[in-house]
Amino acid sequence: MPPVTDLEAPVAGGACEGGVSFADALTAGEAEIARVMQICNACRYCEGFCAVFPAMTRRLEFKKADTHYLANLCHNCGSCLYACQYAPPHEFAVNVPQAMAKVRVRTYQDYAWPRAFGRLYERAGLTVAFALSGGLALFMILAIAMNGRLIHEPLAGNFYAIFPHNFLALLFGVVFLFAMLALAIGVVKFWREVSPTKDGNPADIAAAARARMPAVAEAITDVARMRYLGGGHGDGCNEGDDNFTLWRRRFHHFTLCGFLLCFAATCVATLYHYLWNLHAPYAFTSAPVILGSLGGIGLIIGPIGLLWLNLKRDALRADSKQNAMDRGFIMLLLLVSATGFALLLLRDTRFMALWLAIHLGTVMALFLTLPYGKFAHGIFRSAALLKFNVEKRMPNRLGLGGE
Amino acid sequence: MKTSTSMPDVLVIGGGNAALCSALMAREAGASVLMLESAPKEWRGGNSMHVRNLRCMHDEPQDVLVEAYPEEEYWQDLLKVTGGMTDEPLARMVIRHSSRCRPWMSKHGVHFQPPLSGALHVARTNAFFMGGGKALVNAYYRSAEALGIAIRYDMPVKSLKLKDGAFVAAITESGERITAKSCVLGCGGFESNLEWQREAWGQNERGEWTAENFLIRGTRFNQGVLLKFMIDAGADTIGDPTQAHCVAIDARAPLYDGGICTRIDCVSLGVVVNREARRFYDEGEDFWPKRYAIWGRLVAQQPGQTAWSIIDQKAIGRFMPPVFDGTKANTLDELAVKIGVDPGVFMETLSAYNAACRPGTFDHTALDDCRTDGLTPAKTHWARVIDTPPFYAYPLKPGITFTYLGMKTDATAACRFNDVASTNLFAAGEMVAGNVLGKGYTAGVGMSIGTAFGRIAGVNAAASAGHRHPTFHEELDYAAGH
Repeated sequence: MPPVTDLEAPVAGGACEGGVSFADALTAGEAEIARVMQICNACRYCEGFCAVFPAMTRRLEFKKADTHYLANLCHNCGSCLYACQYAPPHEFAVNVPQAMAKVRVRTYQDYAWPRAFGRLYERAGLTVAFALSGGLALFMILAIAMNGRLIHEPLAGNFYAIFPHNFLALLFGVVFLFAMLALAIGVVKFWREVSPTKDGNPADIAAAARARMPAVAEAITDVARMRYLGGGHGDGCNEGDDNFTLWRRRFHHFTLCGFLLCFAATCVATLYHYLWNLHAPYAFTSAPVILGSLGGIGLIIGPIGLLWLNLKRDALRADSKQNAMDRGFIMLLLLVSATGFALLLLRDTRFMALWLAIHLGTVMALFLTLPYGKFAHGIFRSAALLKFNVEKRMPNRLGLGGE
Repeated sequence: MKTSTSMPDVLVIGGGNAALCSALMAREAGASVLMLESAPKEWRGGNSMHVRNLRCMHDEPQDVLVEAYPEEEYWQDLLKVTGGMTDEPLARMVIRHSSRCRPWMSKHGVHFQPPLSGALHVARTNAFFMGGGKALVNAYYRSAEALGIAIRYDMPVKSLKLKDGAFVAAITESGERITAKSCVLGCGGFESNLEWQREAWGQNERGEWTAENFLIRGTRFNQGVLLKFMIDAGADTIGDPTQAHCVAIDARAPLYDGGICTRIDCVSLGVVVNREARRFYDEGEDFWPKRYAIWGRLVAQQPGQTAWSIIDQKAIGRFMPPVFDGTKANTLDELAVKIGVDPGVFMETLSAYNAACRPGTFDHTALDDCRTDGLTPAKTHWARVIDTPPFYAYPLKPGITFTYLGMKTDATAACRFNDVASTNLFAAGEMVAGNVLGKGYTAGVGMSIGTAFGRIAGVNAAASAGHRHPTFHEELDYAAGH
């Protein structure tokens, strides 16, 4: 029988018999996913909830890469835990969301680039705190160094009197591009691990090529609609108990849309600056300010809601070690939007430089931690969903009885 | 003796599907309802937490159900599996009820989905619960709480106080006396009561107590306490204590609550030998889903009530993956040694089988022409030579799903004493399933029976307490064929 694994105990290569290379040896967390999936694969009652279970039924054994794929496909909606006839106190102690959560954070860490920076996940709270204090200190010092002081005569909202435009564009551009590069390298490494065409079978390669476009379209829809936060039936996720709620999806939508609107505001402002030579400060009624304000509202409502849900989530399915990462990221998003609004309101006063330094320091902290914090979940989960949408369009090699 | 202060109109004893259906219906009728579940909250729901679908009559495609499954076909299926040990009017009432009850179930939060992979053979006949029975039970409990039904967990009932066939009070294990105007018993069969099973199955000709080697696939809480009480109190009963839904499951399954995942689905792809390394039945008689329920009894008749399903590499990936790894060996000799059967006899059995396999075209999705010639017992389909290493063995034991012994009832779900219906005591679920299902089984019919009798018992219990259900009579008239 699959042993009821002590998560802290070292694990022999039980699930991968014969010629076990070190790289294939499962960690305790991965072995727990393999154990649980073997039970689920023999039950399958949860197949309607999400993508994890249909992906599971295409497999008979669960190797390292499979566990990473399934862990990122899981949205921790909780439906399968409350519906599980084998959940604790049953001796099988099946807890899919928790097993997945524990491995999921390890995948962010393992696939992080540069590799050594993956360690930052282990101290996620400290990472955010350092990035934040570092960012704040940097801009305070810069402001004083460039202007001699933080409090000044009103400057009519002219940020560039404090920090020259090109200086900001270069600084944030470099950091943002680095963050995107690091995430891209990580997700490519992840993608290659569980490629549906890994075996190089020509029929598989052809099928995958045919599947690519419709799979991309469906994956984008799944992400945009946050389909799997609907719980299969559309009534939503579980939070504190077996009751369903759509609030997690709604708050995610607020957060995602808020993030995208702020990003759009920055893009539009960049166009204004370089293309039309229109320079900040922009009026309250201008496109960058409206987009940024709407985004900021989303980034206030969304993170507050997510924090509230996070605090009341059933501890049974959470991985308490990730609280710092989850809450740190949420708080950072909230700070970015809150300080942005403060800056908008105070940009015509003597405190503009101070609030500009605070806001920019916060944004810098967010950018710095994008590849080494909770933000990665959106990237890895999207990749897993794309993989799922490709895979499900390929022929299933298993011909189980009764089908 | 402590007496509860406020008396509910309807007391429901039990906490699974039938009990919940009763409680919800009685509450909908306006009655105040108290439920007593013997299990603690984390084990609530009885065997219902292991179920997965409802067999539904339908005359045309319905949301998750394809094609049609008319009343007559459903009835014929039931007639076939029970060998006539059924009650036609009650069976037809259950069948017709199954065609109209799903909107009510959905209203109380049950989600349906198309069949699961590996269960497409019932796509036409069975509506699956998304997440299975525990999700259904959770939905009903949420709805019950929202409607103001009082629920007390960890509250096993020891006996009832009856007066002239009418319910007066329930006495809990802790000695509390709970009165109500009417009562529904929805507290299951006696399958979890090992002592009763042992006594019912008795000793075989080898001197073995057969039931000592049984595993219980479901809840540990169906101890049959009130079933026994009712029998002793003179209630009319139905069914035979040795009749049970009994399947061959993995011998390593836990004693209780192994549920669906402990089934062994590779029997028809290989051979099955007993402890003496001999075959004893045609493994390829019919499709496995149609045969798995007879293998429990077949294994129960073997020495030690155990057997081994033997397959080779060719079978891997062709059956539902088992929950426990098989014993694996690179030769058949080695496999015999590993599973502890006599290698000489084992090799003799396998050689005789391999030599008897006729060439044919293997097709696991049809009753193919791969069969043995001149072998006793024959394997009539899917007989392929077992020759490709590695070889695997899975140990089998009988697994009891539920028992059929219950109380005689009628279309009102009333308990009966000397063929007179009680005015305020009703029963539902496994306690009355034997009226419709005297023996045998077909997927999802337990839920059809539990839901029909559960709802009827709830409505009638409420009625006997003076509360009329606002809408159910139309549904019931249809089900009763009026």
